[in-house]
Amino acid sequence: MGGDVSLAEQTASERRRPWSHILVFLAPAALIYTVFSIYPLLDTIRYALYTQDEHGIAHFAGLANFIDLFSLPVWADQFRNALLNNLIFFVIHVTVQNIIGIALAAMLSLPKLFGRNIYRTLIFLPTMLSVVIIGFVWQLILSPLWGVSEGFLRAIGLPQLFAPWLGQESTALVTISLISVWQFVGIPMMLIYAALLNIPEDLVDAATVDGANHLHVFFYVKLPLILPTIGLVAILTFVGNFNAFDLIYAVKGTLAGPNFASDIMGTFFYRTFFGYQLQLGNPTMGAAVATMMFLIILVGVMIYLFGVQRRMQRYAL
Amino acid sequence: MTRPIARPRLGRIAVHGALLFYTLVAIGPILLILVNAFKSRRAIFNEPLALPTAKTFSLIGFDKVLAKSDFGLYFLNSLTVTIGSVALVLAAGSMAAWALTEYRFRGNALLGLYMAIGVMVPIRLGSVSILQLMVDLNLVNTLTALILVYTAQGLPLAIILLAEFIQQIPRDLRDAARCDGIGEYHIFWSVILPLLRPAVATVAVFTIVPIWNDLWFPLILAPGNGKQTITLGVQQFIGQYVIDWNAVIASLSLAIAPILVLYILFSRQLVRGLTAGAVK
Repeated sequence: MGGDVSLAEQTASERRRPWSHILVFLAPAALIYTVFSIYPLLDTIRYALYTQDEHGIAHFAGLANFIDLFSLPVWADQFRNALLNNLIFFVIHVTVQNIIGIALAAMLSLPKLFGRNIYRTLIFLPTMLSVVIIGFVWQLILSPLWGVSEGFLRAIGLPQLFAPWLGQESTALVTISLISVWQFVGIPMMLIYAALLNIPEDLVDAATVDGANHLHVFFYVKLPLILPTIGLVAILTFVGNFNAFDLIYAVKGTLAGPNFASDIMGTFFYRTFFGYQLQLGNPTMGAAVATMMFLIILVGVMIYLFGVQRRMQRYAL
Repeated sequence: MTRPIARPRLGRIAVHGALLFYTLVAIGPILLILVNAFKSRRAIFNEPLALPTAKTFSLIGFDKVLAKSDFGLYFLNSLTVTIGSVALVLAAGSMAAWALTEYRFRGNALLGLYMAIGVMVPIRLGSVSILQLMVDLNLVNTLTALILVYTAQGLPLAIILLAEFIQQIPRDLRDAARCDGIGEYHIFWSVILPLLRPAVATVAVFTIVPIWNDLWFPLILAPGNGKQTITLGVQQFIGQYVIDWNAVIASLSLAIAPILVLYILFSRQLVRGLTAGAVK
């Protein structure tokens, strides 16, 4: 914002040209957003249609990158693996996060619950912290070297359960997913809690008068009414999961080991773009992977907007 | 008549039991790290769950971190990037939100939709071009690059939240000002902006957290030259000193502390924003 002089000038000119103040108000946001968000997105998609020769000069190549990505074993195997892992990552998130989130929200929304705000604030705390920090924290806790989790399992009489979960091919992805669920469960909890509070008392009272008990009220009255919120949580999780990167990079590095067992689209994109070990980075193929991630997210959002959300509106009040 | 009274009590105890248990699950791991940051190496391994005592108390981890890495500088970098981006998001975002809600002009709805794309489509997917753009602008390894990208990232949600808030401001206020012949810029600056203050806190919290915590863009746009943010700095430090448990735990605690303080100060705004904005 300029000083008083320019303000006065602008006010004077504004009377002559009604468009000018709208432009002035919109220009900064529209400019920064277009140049650093929308343009790069579109340009990435364009760039995916090019290949680079050994001199680093880009040539138009049509869909060559995508054909390689789907059919050339070097790319296709990694792509399929990352996509599949990402789906597992998402399914674990959506199911575990929602179940715990609903349970916590249901308890927190009980009338006159003592200490409600303290519980809510503390349970939400991990969500605020950096994914990288959380990754390292859990890496230490699950480390056989430190032995905290092993000691804990021994204390509750289940020492045989302990294994280096993050290091085994069969358990790494699930363990990382659960760490992420642990961190972000606060979001579904908070949103569902708000949705539960918004349900009118009358509905619950009417059901109670009709002879429904607490569980009936919850499953037949409240749950259908919070389905739109669960749908919202699901799509937010979907978008977040399909461009997740930080946690796996922090815990497992670029190679998303062991043997790519925890590789998801974000880490695959990073490796393709920047390269790893002796493999050189490939920006055009990186752009192609990013375009695929964009399409996957777009499909998810479309399914949500036109399939899920529209159907759920019927339940909404 | 004792049963109907006694049973809910029992139920309440079970509920508190479950909530206490989950609260411990949620904050236990963080407490564990914070507690062990103040202990000697031997105590970290022998009694990980114990609080530091006079015998086990040690600040050696912090000494090492501060000696071996530029934590102060990283912290300052994060602070600069976060404050710069939030200031830009709030300034440009409130102006745009005002224009989009207040003025009916052709393309208004379309422009609103255009700005909303960024809420759903993560800006990360444009990283290949963003890096190219920053190379062309000579901004690689600068904090400016991060501020510009984070501003673009934060604007869409900020505009939506602010527009919703602006709509609740009574029309009479602006119309009265217009009748008095006050210009549009003046109305925005001295009537609307002061009224936006409560919304600004919510928007700020929502913008600050993802920026402060991000690893991706610092890693891609500013990974060296002393321009690392705290999140990247910790990541690089731990990668280098994996085996030094005192140092690792201390560096994690240093990274956790500022967000913890911020959260304690602003948890109310955050909760209000989360629960009010998302219900619709």
